[in-house]
Amino acid sequence: MKVWIPTPLLSYTDQRKQVEAEGATLAELLVDLDRRFPGIRFRVIDEQDGLRPHMRLFVNRADVRRLDVVLGAGDEVHIFQALSGG
Amino acid sequence: MSIGLLVATRKGAWILKADGARRRWALTGPIFLGHIVHHMVQDPRDRRTLLMAARTGHLGPTVFRSTDAGASWKEAARPPAFPKATEGAGRVVDHVFWLEPGHASEPDVWYAGTSPEGLFRSEDGGQSWEVVPGFEKHPLGFDWSIVDPKQSTPDGTILHSISIDPRDPRHLYIGISGNEGGVFETQDKGRSWKAFNAGTMAPALPEPYPEWGQDPHCLRLHPLAPDVVYQQSHCGIYRIQRPASRWERIGENMPKEVGDIGFAVVLHPRDPRTLWVFPMDGTDVWPRTSPDGKPAVYVSRDAGQSWQRQDRGLPASQAWLSVRRQAMTTDAHDPVGVYFGTTNGDVWGSTDEGAQWSELARHLPLIHAVEAAELGS
Repeated sequence: MKVWIPTPLLSYTDQRKQVEAEGATLAELLVDLDRRFPGIRFRVIDEQDGLRPHMRLFVNRADVRRLDVVLGAGDEVHIFQALSGG
Repeated sequence: MSIGLLVATRKGAWILKADGARRRWALTGPIFLGHIVHHMVQDPRDRRTLLMAARTGHLGPTVFRSTDAGASWKEAARPPAFPKATEGAGRVVDHVFWLEPGHASEPDVWYAGTSPEGLFRSEDGGQSWEVVPGFEKHPLGFDWSIVDPKQSTPDGTILHSISIDPRDPRHLYIGISGNEGGVFETQDKGRSWKAFNAGTMAPALPEPYPEWGQDPHCLRLHPLAPDVVYQQSHCGIYRIQRPASRWERIGENMPKEVGDIGFAVVLHPRDPRTLWVFPMDGTDVWPRTSPDGKPAVYVSRDAGQSWQRQDRGLPASQAWLSVRRQAMTTDAHDPVGVYFGTTNGDVWGSTDEGAQWSELARHLPLIHAVEAAELGS
């Protein structure tokens, strides 16, 4: 399925804003994404499987906060970073 | 080889490279513009490898590695991360703060200190990291999970000043800053720890000299005389010479109007009796700026029994500088070069052991760390 990548993570995807990854759940999809683009998951998900502050995940444009969300064929996942810093 | 300064800032990293005489300095960078870089360190064992501790406002903490003096970088395959908790929330590395090359006899070993307090070790040159097993819990049993981050030090509690005894890779000291911190020592490569704080004051506890609970800011072990250890703490400048077991507050010998509060302390690479500090205002509400707006480095050449002010070339007044604990360093030349970077983004240097200062770079972002390196000509 399609995954949209935010600007700060494009260094992992060779500057591709949209990539493919597979998984029956969001957690599995992120593991597959990391297999294809090593290191990308840890920048988004911490070692306790928590979504990092200022990072947001959307499935079919719905904001999700859990990684056990079930995904289906044709679903679309967006990774965003919220505004922060200064 | 020429001297380089590895400058880690709030918004990326830069390298300042000197000519052979250390008269002219060229600034290159930025490296990873916009990334929050806490430390960039050269491996003195091969003089090629650089490690950098970085994160961004959004992205989690990581370590980058260069084997070509900073021309190209590759991310660690497994950056420092706490073990997954089997119950409860578990701890999360906010940022990697301190990078320390391992003992000379262990060429691929590195250590990293994090915020919140964690000690990590790599055995493959910084590519993958594991928590040091004896450090998953507080050395003396304190429950870190009860610390309220809002009550901790401003950028979070940190593990810093990883100091390895050059005679014995099993013997390490570390500093922990925060309300449950102190200096700790291990003789078995981190499996067990002892507090090492006798004689040093704690800033925020009713008992002024507890076994632990101090706030060491920076610890330095002398490479040629590793029984000599100095520390700049929240409560003064201290020295100990083993086998003594009690620190002596050598900051008492500083001028009273200047005081002995600061973050950084650096040592002469060949003379264990010579050290430099950058005092900051620790009175009243703790401005942590140069006392009276008149910045100066202080040097002692007799192990802290007396101190001399070194301010020639520095601004004479209305200069409210702050220097972080990793932002002061020395090189190995003769005479020794002494360097510091400020939170307002200036790098100052002296190539005559502090007698005369000059500005090497200005207008950089807030400087977290300055480390000397030997770079190719």
